[in-house]
Amino acid sequence: MTTPIDLMILTLVVISGVGALAVKDLLGAAIVFSAYSFLMCLAWAIMGAVDVAFTEAAVGAGVSTVFCVAAVFHTTRRTKD
Amino acid sequence: MTDLLPLIAAKYNYWIYTILMMIGLYAMIAKNNLVKKIIGMNIFQTAIILFYVSIAYKKGATLPIIMGDGHGGGHGAIQAADYINPLPHCLMLTAIVVSVATLGVALALAIKIYRQYGTLEEDDINHQIRMQAGQ
Amino acid sequence: MRLLALIAVVLTGGLIIFHTGDLPDFGDPNSPASTHLSPYYLEHGEGDTHAPNIVSAVLADYRGFDTMFETTVVFAAGLACFFLLRRKTEPGDKPRMYRHLPTGVTLRIKSGGTFPEEDSTEFRRMDSHFVPHQIIIKNTCRLVIPFIQVFALYVVAHGHYSPGGGFQGGVLLAAAIILYAISHDLRRSIHRFSEKVAALSGSLGVFIYAGAGALCLLLGANFLNYEALGPLLGVDAVMARSHGILIIEIGVALAVMAVIVWIYYNLSSAGKHDEGL
Repeated sequence: MTTPIDLMILTLVVISGVGALAVKDLLGAAIVFSAYSFLMCLAWAIMGAVDVAFTEAAVGAGVSTVFCVAAVFHTTRRTKD
Repeated sequence: MTDLLPLIAAKYNYWIYTILMMIGLYAMIAKNNLVKKIIGMNIFQTAIILFYVSIAYKKGATLPIIMGDGHGGGHGAIQAADYINPLPHCLMLTAIVVSVATLGVALALAIKIYRQYGTLEEDDINHQIRMQAGQ
Repeated sequence: MRLLALIAVVLTGGLIIFHTGDLPDFGDPNSPASTHLSPYYLEHGEGDTHAPNIVSAVLADYRGFDTMFETTVVFAAGLACFFLLRRKTEPGDKPRMYRHLPTGVTLRIKSGGTFPEEDSTEFRRMDSHFVPHQIIIKNTCRLVIPFIQVFALYVVAHGHYSPGGGFQGGVLLAAAIILYAISHDLRRSIHRFSEKVAALSGSLGVFIYAGAGALCLLLGANFLNYEALGPLLGVDAVMARSHGILIIEIGVALAVMAVIVWIYYNLSSAGKHDEGL
């Protein structure tokens, strides 16, 4: 590959990982966490792990986000850090 | 320093995996909010899965699905170097499903803690426990 | 505290990065991970099990014991969520809101009054957070959900030949049910796929998996050695392993679907099963 696409996607993964922890609104953190999960799925698909990427797409970007949003719905949305 | 650049270029997946793992570990230790700690735990788990998947990769090889030429018949010799390593993928499928189960239980615990103490910040919870223990 | 955590994390990260020189290169075909056991799986996997997807063959046949305990762990997590959160709702807990459909009037009936019956056509129960009636979302999801379920069944059945298998199909089935619960009401979803059915399906899935292994044991071979099922199904040893993989993938899909829906019911209503997201 001449364009290092997996390096670009892994850089975006690190940025969204830091972003999910830095956002002060818990609902926003859950959504950025979903984006992190989807970018990880892309990184694994580029490295050839298609079964793992399929599972992560279904689990991480789908079910895991719904669980986080449901938990934030029943607790509070604000956080100080 | 001139031999650092080929070193980074050959092993950049390990560097990215270490950075991600340390981000997750720092979030689990240092963040005050319980939901941020849980998100840090998940970042840690996906970084480990990235490590194993990147070990399984072989340059110039294809997916671990054997391409045949029709049903039955002789497939010829299957060269193991043509396909990427399937064993870490199998282990990591288990790890992903266990991580979503752990996420469900951790969020249930967070809801219960909120019901009991009224807050999700760790220092407030510690303060309330100390006040209750002191009485 | 944060400074201490930062120092510890930087030290650990630095130590790991310092030793990456010893690890094999990225993409090296001769790394130790790829030279001891996995060439055997790649060369003999399809000949032994008649499944071109080597990951499914390794997961369900060569390493079937790990997968059985992983299914058990998922079921145990569903049980743990249930024990932590579930609360029975008293009939006189909160005031309920109903909408009178012909006139559009909203009623708020306190506890102790008479509620309309469950399936009355004139009164529709509303959540306490006001949600307007969404025609577009409801009808679009009604159109999409059957296709998601058919695709999930395809993924389970074609685990041998394409990426997929039991877990992916189970999670897709659960995602279809969760979509129904989000777009329509949580109560309608519980009415159609109740918690009792979810719990029983979860344990049935684990039972199918362990039962297939025990059946092989009863027929005289090792635990989870599917070649013993050959005379029972009437096929030769290689095809018996292929059918054994399919049977346990069905068990895994059932267990994973039931447990994810069960955890969603408990999380989204915080145990009470009356209102949802």
